[in-house]
Amino acid sequence: MSADRRIVFEDVSKFYGEVLGVNRVTLSLPPGITSLVGPNGSGKTTLMNLMTGLIRPTRGRLSVLGLAADDSVELGRRVGYCTQFDSFPRGVTGRSFVRGWLGLHGREAKEADRLTAEALDRVGMTDAADRKVAAYSKGMRQRIRLALALSHRPEVLVLDEPLNGLDPMARAECLALFQGLAGEGLHVVISSHILHEVDRVSDHVVLLSHGYVVAEGQIHDVRTEVTDHPMQMLVRCNRPHLLAAGLFAADHVVEVRIHPDGKGLLVRTRDAAAFHRQLNRIVLETEIGLEAVSPADDDVGAVYQYLIGSDTEAV
Amino acid sequence: MSALRPVWAVMRMELRRGVSWRSLWLFAMAFAPVVIITAHAIADHGHSLENETLIINGILQFYYVRCGIFFGCLGLFLRLVRGEIAERTLHYLFLAPVRREALLVGKFLAGVVTTVLVFGTGVLASFLVMYGHFPEGRAFLTHGPALAHLRLDLLVVLLACLGYGAVFLAFSLLFKNPVVPAVLLAFWEGVNGVLPAWLKHLSVTFYLKPLFPVELPITGVWSLFTVVAEPTPVWLAVSGLIAFTCVVVALACRRMRRIEVSYSSD
Repeated sequence: MSADRRIVFEDVSKFYGEVLGVNRVTLSLPPGITSLVGPNGSGKTTLMNLMTGLIRPTRGRLSVLGLAADDSVELGRRVGYCTQFDSFPRGVTGRSFVRGWLGLHGREAKEADRLTAEALDRVGMTDAADRKVAAYSKGMRQRIRLALALSHRPEVLVLDEPLNGLDPMARAECLALFQGLAGEGLHVVISSHILHEVDRVSDHVVLLSHGYVVAEGQIHDVRTEVTDHPMQMLVRCNRPHLLAAGLFAADHVVEVRIHPDGKGLLVRTRDAAAFHRQLNRIVLETEIGLEAVSPADDDVGAVYQYLIGSDTEAV
Repeated sequence: MSALRPVWAVMRMELRRGVSWRSLWLFAMAFAPVVIITAHAIADHGHSLENETLIINGILQFYYVRCGIFFGCLGLFLRLVRGEIAERTLHYLFLAPVRREALLVGKFLAGVVTTVLVFGTGVLASFLVMYGHFPEGRAFLTHGPALAHLRLDLLVVLLACLGYGAVFLAFSLLFKNPVVPAVLLAFWEGVNGVLPAWLKHLSVTFYLKPLFPVELPITGVWSLFTVVAEPTPVWLAVSGLIAFTCVVVALACRRMRRIEVSYSSD
């Protein structure tokens, strides 16, 4: 895929004085949903501020859809950014805030009104749109910022902790919205601490720690590369004890545990391919009724835990 | 979108925001002399045209230019960008598809329009009240050179707002605590009369002085310290102040281009 369709970081570093923001980041993000995952201070917001032109790299180059990050006019047209700064100009209502922003985009009055209504509707804020933002709850303010980022129909949507302050229903709606936008070919870049929800929608994950990219790619591929932590597989079957006895004989199997409900096994293996071959052989030989086999730690949460550690705030 | 359209869009947005109870102090500064002149008109008798002319010009030169407009511009222009940083809203502007120079020029022009309208109206009201309350003054207004005086007074207001506005806007971008250089500037402008002739050229007041329609006599002890410098020709004062404003705004634009949104460090 050409750089005109990607967000590209080439050896990008950002220092705030002597404090490291991110260091030597090289990434090429395709369209779809990309999640930036990492503890506080890992560099997620710095990466987002860099790709939206709010800050400049100390070293290296980056481009967004082929645009240099200092091309503020074109970036402003094609990128929407929902920051985590929970602040608004004084006295605005939800509608006037979004409408005023579209005025800066040079939209004609009628079009600006239509786009404002559309964005407010997408985030479920139509009914409260004419109330002062100062009277909104945290979740409502979050949704208005999201409406602002969406309102000019950007090609790249950058969302810094977009699920913060939202109730479970609103979170589910937002995730569905992000998936819908990604389905339309948009870049949706999300940072979040809510790993299990991000995991559900992400096409691509970037794991960050202390300003460095620890791993990136599709989460399954990233998990496969984490070789120092054996893969964990969940096997659902009708005779778990018999299957466990068979699997124990294999060298690559590190641990086998009977599932607490007694209807399956949790197997830790160093070689997933060998495990599957072994499992097939046992099932054919013993006629065990196999219901399901699935990776048990092939998700962002597990990979995060393995690569970044447990002393973080991930939930 | 033409180059001026984003400037206009920012200006409109800024002007809409500016109209609130928070700008009441600006009106208070602009209209305080009107209240005092009204009290003077009611309480005092035996007004003479010469005396009233000296008073109104004294108010313009010493109150409006050195105090009202100076501190009005200080309060308003320092907050144009610094206020956005303090309230953490600057990123909304930076994320809009508008060149940063256009953002700054739009904000600056909105500030100029606001201060010129407010202080211009204040000067106009002071002028009308001062001359309108006695027959000789009314005759001066309708048949004398009052309108020519008023035109020059309003030109002074415009140029003072441009000059001080540009300087304070630049201060807000160049200094973390712009109040310190602003206080130093207030001191510098205040002692302009006693500075050596060549140093007088480095102030806004000096270039405004030849535009005042009436020269005020310097009397008392103050006259011992006052250094009289050759006045600048009017055309040079006007064009010089406009050129100075353009240069300072250009410098501010240059700084604006480099600003990064990192509120924690501001």
